[in-house]
Amino acid sequence: MQRALFPALFAAGVTFLLTCLVIGVKLEQVGSELTVTGADPATWGWIATAVVIVFLVQLFQSPLGTLRRRLPAIEAHGLLPGHRLREQLRPWLIALVIVGLCVWPFMVSRGAVDLATLTLIYVMLGLGLNIVVGFAGLLDLGYVAFYAVGAYTYALLSEYFGLSFWVCLPLAGLLAATFGCILGFPVLRLRGDYLAIVTLGFGEIIRILLNNWTNVTGGPNGIGGIDKPTLFGLEFSRRASDGGETFHQYFGIEYVSSHKVIFLYLVAVLLVLLTLYVINRVQRMPIGRAWEALREDEIACRSLGLNPTVIKLSAFTMGAAFAGFAGCFFAARQGFISPESFTFIESAIILAIVVLGGMGSQLGIIMAAIAMTILPELAREFQEYRMLMFGGVMVLMMLWRPQGLLPMKRPHLELKNP
Amino acid sequence: MSETSLYVLQQLINGLTIGSTYALIAIGYTMVYGIIGMINFAHGEVYMIGSYTTFIAIIGLLTLGVSSLPIVLLLALITAIVIASTYGYAIERVAYRPLRGGPRLIPLITAIGMSIFLQNYIRLAQGSRDMAMPALVTGGIQFGDPAVFEVSISWMQMIIWGVTLVSMTALALFISRSRLGRACRACAQDLKMTNLLGIDTNRIIALTFIIGAALAAVAGVLLSLYYGTINPYIGFMAGLKAFTAAVLGGIGSIPGAMLGGLILGVTEALTAAFFPSEYKDVVAFGLLVLILLFRPTGLLGKPEVEKV
Repeated sequence: MQRALFPALFAAGVTFLLTCLVIGVKLEQVGSELTVTGADPATWGWIATAVVIVFLVQLFQSPLGTLRRRLPAIEAHGLLPGHRLREQLRPWLIALVIVGLCVWPFMVSRGAVDLATLTLIYVMLGLGLNIVVGFAGLLDLGYVAFYAVGAYTYALLSEYFGLSFWVCLPLAGLLAATFGCILGFPVLRLRGDYLAIVTLGFGEIIRILLNNWTNVTGGPNGIGGIDKPTLFGLEFSRRASDGGETFHQYFGIEYVSSHKVIFLYLVAVLLVLLTLYVINRVQRMPIGRAWEALREDEIACRSLGLNPTVIKLSAFTMGAAFAGFAGCFFAARQGFISPESFTFIESAIILAIVVLGGMGSQLGIIMAAIAMTILPELAREFQEYRMLMFGGVMVLMMLWRPQGLLPMKRPHLELKNP
Repeated sequence: MSETSLYVLQQLINGLTIGSTYALIAIGYTMVYGIIGMINFAHGEVYMIGSYTTFIAIIGLLTLGVSSLPIVLLLALITAIVIASTYGYAIERVAYRPLRGGPRLIPLITAIGMSIFLQNYIRLAQGSRDMAMPALVTGGIQFGDPAVFEVSISWMQMIIWGVTLVSMTALALFISRSRLGRACRACAQDLKMTNLLGIDTNRIIALTFIIGAALAAVAGVLLSLYYGTINPYIGFMAGLKAFTAAVLGGIGSIPGAMLGGLILGVTEALTAAFFPSEYKDVVAFGLLVLILLFRPTGLLGKPEVEKV
């Protein structure tokens, strides 16, 4: 206890210094004058509490540590049924989930379906980024750039050339992939953290260009009035546009506005299922194996005759393509896009989804995407603190469980002790 | 001299001013990278916190009735350095030290989390609006033909050059002459071996974070006085620019960071002179990409040997 006293005092002092001027004093702009006022006593009370807590925690750190070590570790995989049973159940489970996904929107409110659509966009983005970060181990901090490329592809093509969503969807993916390839080619020779910063810079460049190329992209005002997707040419609006036909007219039913929301949701489900299918197939192909091998040991890969640039580039391009699809869908759902939607924080959120879920683990990423979009909605009154908690959780999560919530399990054999 | 050349001269002066502050922030990146090989992404936020403490200290002192300007500025500088260094230390202690020795991506992710956290922490504590302060140091010298183009150097710009020069010299002396500086250099060469020789490497690493944060705080004081406005989001761009400067000069090399900062500042100012000023960020990142492509080790960096 005595030995812990000095570090504890030191930690308390540091805490005091961290909080006293920044929280305990408030800068205020009154007209053109700046004033400084002390915060109210309640805030100082909080500061004092924080200092005391830090002091006590540091003082009793070693007893607390032994206590924590006695607690059993959480093992999420232990909760799942056995391997053989799981293999048998898998097709049924997948079918059940798909049917459930298609049926439930007809039973809940419009807002819930809309939120689910948003979640699915993030699932798609998370799965796409997972190829780059989780499989290939390349840290991409500018992923949102490809998302923006996809969104603007659809918005611009639909505004200037009147192309429909279904024509633009592959085009958006293709264009984003091309961008990924062009951007990736020079930078992928760089080592991990350089790559992170260069991709971050690219993300910013794309945003700045979108913001300033006013006569094409509309600058900060964005592009509005983007067409919604149609079902084989049937529109989901109240009245058909020139030469078009609406869904409710064709089937001779009453117009219900939630049909549009549900249709968008089903399109998102379709896209996510497609993404999952493609990624799962590619992962088992030689190129998918090569991604993971490269992440584990680049030098060993090279000595086995694999070309690191081509492999990294393929991961980068493929990740970008999925971001393009997601962006195209995002533009269609939103009906309005502006550079505001494609800031760095968006990249950070997608990265957080991948990291929190457990890099490389698709189920984990889906869970994390759901948590990241639904929790802020539930905690509406904490809206102010949302980003603060977000940053804090990102740090704590990495300290507590660097491998993520549901880390990827590689197929492996284990020799049991005789 | 013609109008254009005078205009370019003026932009050069402005560029050197901004460049020297980039150099100050860049040193924090380069020292940390040199020793533990990680990018301290939250470094830009330390600069932002330094700017806020400067404003708080200056306004606070003026409210308290301290009227002598040099004393106010000096006290503000000291306050900013103390608070920002504490933040630098705390960030290292909380977010990076427990992860040392793990995979390289993990500390980078905590750094991003830390950066978001600090940004929003200041936003909640001090509000997200711009704070503006009237210029405290005014005036300067003008030269050139008033009929053609008048080049001006403000006193504030000279203060920035002077303070940067003094800080850089102090740092160079500290690193090359003192015992702790020698320990820093030893750590940069071989962390494990230094530890074996009985130097507490954790303390040296904490020290680099503190030095980096202190220099970022100096930059915070200078830039917040120069621009006169601050908001919680200034750290992000400044950090990115400073990192670009560090890479430009060769990350891990302290003279490289100084050179890189100056080059970046001048390039930006010259870009802003001939193109719309929004594009200066694009040019900065473009420069980063070009440097990494053609000289991945930067201008003064040593090539890294890959070991199996």
